[in-house]
Amino acid sequence: MRGTMNRRVVITGMGVRAPGSLGKGAFWELLAAGRTATRRITFFDPSPYRSQVAAEIDFDASAEGLSPREIRRMDRATQLAVVCARDAMADSGLGETVDPHRMGVSLGSAIAASTSLEREYLVLSDSGKRWTMSTDQLTPQMFDYMVPSIMPAEVAWAVGAEGPVVLMSAGCTSGMDSVGHGAAVIREGSADVVVAGATDAPITPIVVASFDAIKATTTYNDTPGAASRPFDGTRNGFVLAEGATMFVLEELSAARRRGARIYAEVAGFANRCNAYHMTGLKVDGREMAEAIRAALDQAKVNTDAVDYINAHGSGTKQNDRHETAAFKRSLGEHAYRTPVSSIKSMVGHSLGAIGSVEIAACVLAMENQAVPPTANLHSADPECDLDYVPVQAREHKVDTVLSVGSGFGGFQSAMVLTREPA
Amino acid sequence: MSSSSNGSGTTVITGLGVVAPNGLGLKEFWTATLARRSGITELDRFDTSDYPARLAGLVRDLDSAEHLPGRLLPQTDVSTRLALIAAQWALEDAEVDTAELADYDMSVVTANASGGFEFAHREFQKLWAQGPEHISVYESFAWFYAVNTGQISIRHGMRGPGSALVAEQAGGLYALGQAARTIRNGVSLVVCGGVDSAFDPWGWLSHLASGGVSVDPDPATAYRPFDVHATGYIPGEGGAICIMESAESARARGVRVYGELAGYAATFDPHPDKGGPSGLRRAVELALVDAGIEAGDVDVVFADAAGLPKLDRAEALTLRELFGVRGVPVTAPKALTGRLLSGGGVLDVAAALMTIQEGVIPPTVGTVTVPDDYDIDLVVGEARPTVVRNALVLARGRWGFNAAVVIRGVDN
Repeated sequence: MRGTMNRRVVITGMGVRAPGSLGKGAFWELLAAGRTATRRITFFDPSPYRSQVAAEIDFDASAEGLSPREIRRMDRATQLAVVCARDAMADSGLGETVDPHRMGVSLGSAIAASTSLEREYLVLSDSGKRWTMSTDQLTPQMFDYMVPSIMPAEVAWAVGAEGPVVLMSAGCTSGMDSVGHGAAVIREGSADVVVAGATDAPITPIVVASFDAIKATTTYNDTPGAASRPFDGTRNGFVLAEGATMFVLEELSAARRRGARIYAEVAGFANRCNAYHMTGLKVDGREMAEAIRAALDQAKVNTDAVDYINAHGSGTKQNDRHETAAFKRSLGEHAYRTPVSSIKSMVGHSLGAIGSVEIAACVLAMENQAVPPTANLHSADPECDLDYVPVQAREHKVDTVLSVGSGFGGFQSAMVLTREPA
Repeated sequence: MSSSSNGSGTTVITGLGVVAPNGLGLKEFWTATLARRSGITELDRFDTSDYPARLAGLVRDLDSAEHLPGRLLPQTDVSTRLALIAAQWALEDAEVDTAELADYDMSVVTANASGGFEFAHREFQKLWAQGPEHISVYESFAWFYAVNTGQISIRHGMRGPGSALVAEQAGGLYALGQAARTIRNGVSLVVCGGVDSAFDPWGWLSHLASGGVSVDPDPATAYRPFDVHATGYIPGEGGAICIMESAESARARGVRVYGELAGYAATFDPHPDKGGPSGLRRAVELALVDAGIEAGDVDVVFADAAGLPKLDRAEALTLRELFGVRGVPVTAPKALTGRLLSGGGVLDVAAALMTIQEGVIPPTVGTVTVPDDYDIDLVVGEARPTVVRNALVLARGRWGFNAAVVIRGVDN
């Protein structure tokens, strides 16, 4: 059944919930306008914390069609994923025709039910006063917050999938890796459709505090709208965010047969580990460059065919320098000719979700033949000397896109998306 | 995984590192498993007197400080320490010298279910009892589900494609399937498997919240899969890490091969409201096709063994449909360790490989009376000498995840 098969994978549906935007139309509108959705944290009082800004979604679960029962049992990240999955299915026009046995789910998330875990912790421990906890407070959801595989299960139930279903949890590359994994499952013949994407809802005190502890997040608390500054000389950390995006991935010939609208082809995906440090990055970008090379190779795309690079661009000193080096190392001179931008400047860093959110941005860039800007980019950094599309979106030929991601644990991922499968 | 007769495309297992409640290391685990020695004891890491259930499969007498560099200790949860030790033992068992392999040609794929839960619990307490400035610099990476993949890859310089998967008790087998996929895609060697631990008070309460943990206080009877009086399962910690390689890589290195990962499949059950049979049978059928064998070629089944009557019955009936009435020996050595979340399926694979190597099926301990209408040939009592070439390993994850793996002996 498995082995070398000449199957190709395309995106035929998508659903997006990102800060400042509900739905893919609003999402592109925000990106094209260069508008930032970063603000002072409202989900709890951020004043005890070092970094006090985040990119939050004004998400009304019942307005989004979730029932009271669903809202009660689902962590926020799950709610976002299910809403996006339903959107993606409707957007794809797949309907009831797909064989559930041949349909899978590949969901990414870095820290899954962290919001619910913290809420539950406060009750169980009496706000940290107790180490041992009483069984009086036991709720059935507790197991599922500790072991969050219920999240891809909820997506599978929402879309009717009975094939391979899994939670891919590789930290901040989860959102790209989950889509790469879904494409691999289709390519090898284990499924014909995979609902793939990612979600994270990490704006909760423990997460804010954990990034404070390593000074990874920004301290531009007085200017929240300008706090996320990828590639800028004055950048000082990322803005924590929440987000979700789900795609319908389909085998190409089946998509064509049913007359599906094809957004893009998942032409290449590769990942590597830097085997260096759980949070640190070397300056040479070697392993990311290797992931890029391998992804281009799988896509059978030359380096100089890349029209646009969607960067990881988290806005930390080390990341933006690292990936600039990786682009130069893998693309050579072409890196200087190619627009690069980071949408984290606008929607923040939603950890395991952002890889999928960025793929959506790439797809919309192709649809609109324009590249989103890097917002807040005003002052140069000599180590970041590429064209990062400062402040304003730009019309541009966008047929071949390279998207990259980097995450704790050393994960380095790259994906090549192309507009028209030949 | 269907391979040609000369073994090209074959994926083999050349090393095993086991950290189990009834044995540290493969040899100790296997000896204990054949000798019916249980690792289930009273949970004594905190005062459990108010809890309805207090039995767990715990890894005892393992001092991480003796096995790991000191700098790794403050930054790792107990589950990560166990995973690092198991990975090290697996690499030693497979005689891997990482300096001799290209860094991009080695990968790490792990499954995780509960992450670094005890570490996270301590950090939550520090935050809320003392304040944000007390949070550890390690919290941002000691807790998340990819931590074991990250730490193992760093420790051993493995730069190939890495993954981390979550599917509760099915995750471990999913990791082996993903490792095989990674090898098919060109990597020579993958460190793969699963290890979990969550036995702080919050972890324990979360285990109890599953609704499936037995409240029988007698360790001899609390977890007895397929028994007419089954009352649930016992949670455990630990698991196993395998070294999986392409057949070419194993040959080039001239190392001993335990067996082949011959077939793999994953399915998901229909929505509970839709009704209909679980996807377990289909997972087995797909795995058999992948392995190029028929049901009649299977010599033993390592069952998922939920220990809950409804799930036991469903699994038994599935086996009857596939293999006929008492058509194949079935066993669940996990009665001696408890259910290990992502570690369970991989530990079963280790047991299956030893079963093939030594020609003896380990017994299911504690089960006395199997309902007649289960129609399964459960190996109880003593270990059963049997020539085994093909072993089927099953795992079901909470909410509907099904995994089936075919392990095959090789002619060395």
